[in-house]
Amino acid sequence: MNLTLKIWRQPGPDEKGQFVNYPVSDVSPDSSFLEMMDVLNEQLVEKGDEPVAFDHDCREGICGMCSMYINGRPHGPDDAITTCQLHMRKFKDGETITIEPWRAKPFPVIKDLIVDRSSFDEIIQAGGFVSVDTGGVPDANAIPIPKIDADLAMDAAACIGCGACVAACKNASAMLFVSAKVSQFALLPQGKVEAKRRVQKMVAKMDELGFGNCTNTYACEAECPKEIKVTNIARMNREFFAAKVCAPSE
Amino acid sequence: MATLDSKIPDGTLAEKWSNYKAHQNLVNPANKRKLEIIVVGTGLAGAAAAASLGELGFKVKNFCIQDSPRRAHSIAAQGGINAAKNYPNDGDSIYRLFYDTIKGGDYRAREANVYRLAEVSNNIIDQCVAQGVPFAREYGGLLDNRSFGGALVSRTFYARGQTGQQLLLGAYSALSKEVAKGSVEMYVRREMLDLVIIDGRARGIITRNTVTGEIERFAAHAVVVATGGYGNVFFLSTNAMNSNGSVAWQCYKKGAYFGNPCMVQIHPTCIPVHGDYQSKLTLMSESLRNDGRIWVPKKKEDAEKIQKGQLKPTEIKEEDRDYYLERRYPAFGNLVPRDVASRAAKERCDAGYGVGNTGLAVYLDFKHAIERLGRHVIEARYGNLFQMYEKIVDENPYETPMMIYPAIHYTMGGIWVDYELQTTIPGLFAAGEANFSDHGANRLGASALMQGLADGYFVIPYTVQNYLADQINVPFFKTDLPEFEAAEKDVREKLEKLLNNKGSKTVDSFHKKLGLLMWDHVGMARNKAGLEEAINEIKALREEFWKDVKVPGTMHGVNVELEKATRVADFLELGELMAKDALDREESCGGHFREEYQTEEGEAVRNDKEFMYVSAWEYKGDNVTPTLHKESLNYEYIEVKTRNYKEAKS
Repeated sequence: MNLTLKIWRQPGPDEKGQFVNYPVSDVSPDSSFLEMMDVLNEQLVEKGDEPVAFDHDCREGICGMCSMYINGRPHGPDDAITTCQLHMRKFKDGETITIEPWRAKPFPVIKDLIVDRSSFDEIIQAGGFVSVDTGGVPDANAIPIPKIDADLAMDAAACIGCGACVAACKNASAMLFVSAKVSQFALLPQGKVEAKRRVQKMVAKMDELGFGNCTNTYACEAECPKEIKVTNIARMNREFFAAKVCAPSE
Repeated sequence: MATLDSKIPDGTLAEKWSNYKAHQNLVNPANKRKLEIIVVGTGLAGAAAAASLGELGFKVKNFCIQDSPRRAHSIAAQGGINAAKNYPNDGDSIYRLFYDTIKGGDYRAREANVYRLAEVSNNIIDQCVAQGVPFAREYGGLLDNRSFGGALVSRTFYARGQTGQQLLLGAYSALSKEVAKGSVEMYVRREMLDLVIIDGRARGIITRNTVTGEIERFAAHAVVVATGGYGNVFFLSTNAMNSNGSVAWQCYKKGAYFGNPCMVQIHPTCIPVHGDYQSKLTLMSESLRNDGRIWVPKKKEDAEKIQKGQLKPTEIKEEDRDYYLERRYPAFGNLVPRDVASRAAKERCDAGYGVGNTGLAVYLDFKHAIERLGRHVIEARYGNLFQMYEKIVDENPYETPMMIYPAIHYTMGGIWVDYELQTTIPGLFAAGEANFSDHGANRLGASALMQGLADGYFVIPYTVQNYLADQINVPFFKTDLPEFEAAEKDVREKLEKLLNNKGSKTVDSFHKKLGLLMWDHVGMARNKAGLEEAINEIKALREEFWKDVKVPGTMHGVNVELEKATRVADFLELGELMAKDALDREESCGGHFREEYQTEEGEAVRNDKEFMYVSAWEYKGDNVTPTLHKESLNYEYIEVKTRNYKEAKS
């Protein structure tokens, strides 16, 4: 396949970026999208140019590091996958492919296609945990958990924290990400103890960091590589209301 | 020269760890605040250690190569985590998990370490459940188990095909809790580039901030490295792209011995190589061998037709299929350990029975399982793995068998540590895959997660404290000491040398060449001539690298090529040590298969009389032959036998 890549280049966080076109030829349809980017970078380095900087690590769709906005979609033109799982057979010969970083105020660009997603870590640090220390916990089977609750908690816990939901949302809302963590713990007896405190703290942090609100367009669910459902947002809203109205203030 | 003292505590096997804890030194809560600990790595071992040490009250600095600790490569582990809970009432016990691990490791692991691992395995499951890890459950609400290779019981806990992810997110949540509390300071996008030693003790590290390019110094009373394995020396492996062996290598060059460098695990069920542009290999979880059956055609002409695309696997009749693992190993069948399954696949492919267009693949077939259980059950068990396979290969594994082939997956070798997980450098500890300790010559499936969390949650917090007990009067170290100056200068010189080299070949081109060399000569089958050739060729390649590598950009800001160059420079040295170790070990054991030492049936032949030892290599200088120290292994509680997976006898 022969393709034209229209790639966002930006030298640093405070510098202006622009699109630059790169032709690539003889791309195998069986190669992955990032392998195609590797080939481009090898060519750039051989020519003495600076390679395109992009985040990636596991290359099997689980670490959540890769974060490209390809032809107007986070993770590109396929469903339920990350960029590293996207294969070139999804494109046509001769196509121009537009590649951008995630664009959201709380995810500032570091360089080219790399963005800073440490705001997600801050949200987790605000309350995305169960406050138990190592040791002194009960036997794993001491509290039976209905299979359906465990399964729903697992559905939510499958989130890889890539930020595609934010990138897809016109409001740059992080509600899908936050609600996935809130739901996982709200569904499990171990997480219920701190549920009211957790949801309030995480939502407050999310607002403070500049993520927008949810206006129910469901773009997040459509683009989530792990198919996290917006029903988690509904659950978070319910948890949040209950906490606001009913929880005694600390 | 440090002496190899494994510091095994007194008492019977079952008493050792209790004895250690009962008599170890402790630090009182007020003094813990005065002691700083650096933890490098945020995978299962690193995150668990950093969180647990923070909970105890130590001042912890934790370093992460990615943008968030949640992305460490432990996240990619699929199948599960072992524990001796015996919830299924199928005869499991701490002793049996211990026994299976020693046997699976082909009698090249330390009894006391492995027993402790089995002992704390149950605590891990309790801990993870308390953290809110959503393990798979039965309708009654209790935890479900499945089987993994090398065991006759079901002792593997799992969270769909994403067990590593869920355990890592559990450790990450514990870590986040401590970061919020202020007991752990988190440093992301940092790569450790050297270890700082003051008066013979590990006291700090030099890092590069991969965003700003700044070279930074950090001091502490003790250093824990949990930076994973070095499988990426082979270029193609199931490791993440940023996984590397450089931290272990820096520790080695500063005096930590390197244990069993040749012990590499080749995982039998990975998606086969498909082109020279390929950047990594994808694992298909071992759990698939619970329901999938491995086969190749019985007739060579069928295999040839398949390779040419003239015949489909679904057209081959049942009687024309060779379920070679079930044939050769009736007791364990498709669930033999990884080294055995990998070699058996290679044997069939080398004999011309392989499938796929390269002939380097075998089938993993779910037809019978789907007929027996229904598609929905298989989908619930392995849905995400099937999806992953279909995205990569563009074939539907519900309808046609998967194609798989062995690939580099895990390194049993690593930094040599004693019972306390302390290296030969006082104050330097190594945890998780970065150390050599528990898996001998072959790791059993679902045991890496167990070891990472055992080290991080339940061993390091005790043993590091024991080390620090007499350090309470040592004040915080300043980073303007001459030892820091010197270490930073070395790092800067190395980076500048790479940048100023201005050669003609890219870093990846060297890495690919090294990878092929390693795979051909230090891979699944090794022999004397090949290893000697590899040693010479690696040396030549290393010289060429330093003469002709091209690293664009500068030291400032993001420079991915520079990061890769430092890692490949280290791999070019580490690869040679692996070959040297493989050459020294004139026997076949576990993942180390020397072609000269096999039975007529192709089974590995160990040489317990001469090689029942851990090899611990001491660095003596660049281009100087390292010194081999031998830690002999004494089996007091287990009868050493030839591994037998044909029959069910223990």
